[in-house]
Order: sequence, then C-alpha cells, then structure tokens
Amino acid sequence: MNRGFTWFNGVSLVLGFGFLYLPILLLIVYSFNESKLVTVWAGFSTKWYGALLENQGLLDAAWVTFRVAFVSSTVATILGLVAGLMLSRFGAFRGRVLFSGMIYAPLVMPEVITGLSLLLMFVAISFDRGFVTVTIAHITFSMCYVAVVVQSRLISFDRSIEEAAMDLGCPPGRTFLLITLPVIMPAIVSGWLLSFTLSLDDLVIASFTTGPGATTLPMKIYSQVRLGVTPEINAVSTILVGIVAVGVVIASVLAKRDEARRAQDERLAAAAP
Amino acid sequence: MADPQSNPVAYVSGRAATQGRVSGLHARFMLFAPYRWFHGMLSRTGLSSRTLVIMVPYLWLLMFFLAPFLIVLKISFSEVLIARPPYSALFEMVDDTYLQLRLNLENYLLLLEDDLYWKAYLSSIRIAAISTLITLLVGYPIAYAMARAPRQWRLTLLMAVILPFWTSFLIRVYAWIGILKKEGLMNLFLMKIGLIEQPLTLLNTDIAVFIGIVYSYLPFMVLPLYANLEKMDESLLEAASDLGCKPLKAFWKITLPLSIPGIVAGCFLVFIPAVGEFVIPDLLGGSDTLMIGKTLWAEFFNNRDWPLSSAVAVLLLLLLIVPIMIFQRVQQKQGGVG
Repeated sequence: MNRGFTWFNGVSLVLGFGFLYLPILLLIVYSFNESKLVTVWAGFSTKWYGALLENQGLLDAAWVTFRVAFVSSTVATILGLVAGLMLSRFGAFRGRVLFSGMIYAPLVMPEVITGLSLLLMFVAISFDRGFVTVTIAHITFSMCYVAVVVQSRLISFDRSIEEAAMDLGCPPGRTFLLITLPVIMPAIVSGWLLSFTLSLDDLVIASFTTGPGATTLPMKIYSQVRLGVTPEINAVSTILVGIVAVGVVIASVLAKRDEARRAQDERLAAAAP
Repeated sequence: MADPQSNPVAYVSGRAATQGRVSGLHARFMLFAPYRWFHGMLSRTGLSSRTLVIMVPYLWLLMFFLAPFLIVLKISFSEVLIARPPYSALFEMVDDTYLQLRLNLENYLLLLEDDLYWKAYLSSIRIAAISTLITLLVGYPIAYAMARAPRQWRLTLLMAVILPFWTSFLIRVYAWIGILKKEGLMNLFLMKIGLIEQPLTLLNTDIAVFIGIVYSYLPFMVLPLYANLEKMDESLLEAASDLGCKPLKAFWKITLPLSIPGIVAGCFLVFIPAVGEFVIPDLLGGSDTLMIGKTLWAEFFNNRDWPLSSAVAVLLLLLLIVPIMIFQRVQQKQGGVG
C-alpha cells in the first residue's frame, strides 16, 4: 500500500509520535533543571545526578534490580528456548494443550493475579521471600515471552536447510548447534533483551514476591512517586531510559548486520556451482 | 579453517570438530559417580536426557504458574485469621480419624453483596472499554499513515513505535504526573495560549487514567493494525477509484472492512491488560477511580485480607477468561499463533 502519502497522513504521524515521545522528552529535559520545582525552569544543572550517587537506598535498589534482571533473563532465555522448540517442533506430545496454555496465559494475565498467586505459593511452602523469589517470579513470566519470540522465528524458518545437513550425515544434535541455533540467534538475543527490560520494569509482581532486603528500583521509584514528582526521580528515569535506548539501538544494529550477512551468504550459496 | 565458500562440506566438518566437545563433555562427566548414577537412572526409566531437558520448562510452569493458581483458589475459600499465614486451613483432621473439608463461601458472598466490589468490576470494564476505543481512534490514523509512508521509512517508523514499549512502564506513567498536575506543564501551556484562565484539575481524575492507558498501550494497537494495513492489496483501491469511488468512500467501503482483523486484535491487546491495570489508576486516578486491580492491591497490602483478595483475583480471572478465549479463537482462525 503506497498510494500517495497525504497531508493527513503526515499530520497523524507528527501528532502520534509527538504524543508518544513528548512526555519522555519533557521528563529528560526537567531532570537537568536547577530548580527543585519540577515545572519551573531555572537553568541547566546536573546536580540531581550528583544527588543520586549519594542516595544509598536508591543505589542498593538499582544493584538488586540489575542482578535480578540479569539472572532471570538468562535463565528465562534458556527455558524459553526449550519451550519454544517444544511448541514448534515436537508436534502433539502429551499435555501439549496445557503447555501452550501455560505459555500464553502469563502474557495476558493481569500482573496483580500473577504476583498474588506466586506470593501465596511461596507462603504455602514457607519459602523465605527475597531476591530468589523475585527472580523466580521474573523467570516465570519472561520465559513465556522468550518462548513466543523463539517460536515465531522457528515457524518462519526454512527446515530444508536442517534436512540438507542431516542428509549429508550431520547428527541431529550437531545440526541443531550448527544450523538451527545460529539461525534463531537473533530471536534468542531479542528474547533475552526483552526479558531483561521486563524484569527491570516490573513493579507489581516484584512488590508481591519480594521480602526484606530485596527492594527493587521500580518499588523504590514507586514509593517516592506517590509522594510527588521530584527531579531526582526524573534523573533516575532518564538514566533508565538512556540504558534501554542504547540497548535497543545496539540490538537493532546487530540484527541488521546479521541480516545483511545472512543475505550475502545466501547469495553466495546460490551462486556457487 | 577452510574457506566456507569454496568448500562448504570442509567448512561444516571443520566447525563440527570444534563442536564435538559436547559429547566429549558427556564422556568426561561419566567419570563422576553422581552423573553416571543419574544417567543410569534415566536409561533405566526409559527417559532420555532429551526428555529431561524438555521436562524442565514444563515442570517450571506447572510449579510456578499452575500450582499458585490452585493455591489462590484454595485460599479464596478460607477464612481470614490473625495468624501466620493469615488464613484458615481448608482441610483439617478431626479427631485424627477423618479429614474435614471446610469450604468458606463468605468471601464470594461478600463480593456479591458489597456493591463496592461490583462497582469496581464494572468500572474497570467501563474504563478499559472507553480507553480501548480512544486508543483505536488515536492508533488507526498512525498505523494507516505508517502503512502509506514510503517504503524506506517504514522500518524506522516501526522501530519508533516499538521503542517506547521497551522503556519502563512506570516511568512513562510517571512522566504524565508532571504534565497533568495542577501547576503542571499542560495547564501552563493551556493558560499561556489563552485557552483557559484557571488551571484545570486533570490529575487524579478518570480523564488522566484514560490518557495514561491510551499512552501506555498505544503500541499494542498500532502494531497489529499496521501489520494488517501494510499487507492490504492496493489494486482494490485503484479499482474503486477507477470506477469513480471517492477516496473517503473507498476507505469506508474497502480499507476499513478489510482491516477489521487488525482492529479486533489491537482492541483485545489493549482491553485485556487494561482491565486488570494497577499502576495507572493508582498513580493517575483519583481516590474515587475504582479499578479492580487497585481493589485487590488494597485488600492485600492495606487490609491484609488474603482470602478476600484471592477471591477478587479468582473473579477477575473469570471476568477476563471470556475475552481471552475469544481472542485466542480469533487468532487461531486467522492462522496466527495460539
């Protein structure tokens, strides 16, 4: 569909993206505000970033959040990869309906329910709440996202390459490592990144499943936000937005390079005698 | 290593040699008794290590997704106690002879009788439905323009829609507090251009909740719509215009009906999570903004009534299961994932 891009289309794009980006841009701009009052501009300053470094509670929370995000996204990627393979490759195994239901349900489940149910289970088995329980909770919902991403990549994947490898005498395990894994690598990487940001972002599930000494950054931000807007929170938010933006840009550049290299490989393979 | 282009077989086998350490690892591990024992157990029960690997995500979800739900269901039938844990047991041994099952329906009766909960459920649906409609009205022109944009822009535009989804939800909601509050940027702007004289009360109203939901879930609406509109067959519109159909009428008669699958997908993707939303109504809504996610949170964290909040969760799930099932069915019919 590419019939004449009208002024109406242009206006909707400008307004739409303005709506999407203006609030974040304003937040970033006011994090450099000299004044304590968030809406009065009193000159450029980076003092709120300096204040962050002295806020030990916030730094501790950031460290907890980062560790939870790293561990949970790594485990979730491995489990999600296996789950994605199961869904797309194993045909009708026993309990498949239940399994795919359990993969898709957490994606649409309200967070309050997921959080509450996990907490009640940890209480029921009298498991001490803290770092481990938050990580387990994050793995549980993240692995479902990874499974879906991996599965959709596997569906569009040309299986004849695998068959060719096996016809040439490559054992299944090795075929997986040499052919399948490299092809679905972009999906695995984006699954990991998605899990990482989901974990970094989560407030509700972490609030339910956490225990003493494992306050995450979103929980800290939330408790301060309820008291009002402060330039310090603007500064933390700006840093988080910056990290995510850099990560997404790097990931998309890598994906693009990978795509280009694969296209070149395919061209060369087609041209080979 | 051989040049991959000149000799692909040599290249693959060269790579394979380095990957051969997987089975080497197995051989080395066999030297350790626990691994050998485990391996023996597996081969005796007929479970291959492959099956075992497969079992892990399955067991994980059974343990951390399904089992917790059954526990919520169980606790929703128990009584609140001032104890640890703060609820009564469902099964009790009476005189060490028989097991007594005590189903306590009081929580559900309370939910039915006290109109606070009814209002919260209805108001969640109302707020989610209105926000979904606004999101559709805002998202459709954006998706439409993206689908009509020159081909070389589209990937960038797509990235630009996805990027906010990656940034923190909490931060995006927080950004609106500074804009919507009484001395906030919105009022400042409106007064400057002379549209209003007194600052409006925007924060802590339903309007703020609508804005928050539309803003947060806009990508969920735009992406399926764009995917649908982008695939649309242009020749249909050409045929319409050749036959003398005005562009606006052609849109109404052709584009809109054909994009219904995208509209349906987008609406469900916004509506379902919006019903159970907690952060947006809590931070942007007022004390009179009732939403069921907020009620559940308050019952749990403020009133410490675990059985009642479990019952609220069970009913919320029942409420959502109908739209979720419809959505799954629709997606499957369209050959999507599901």
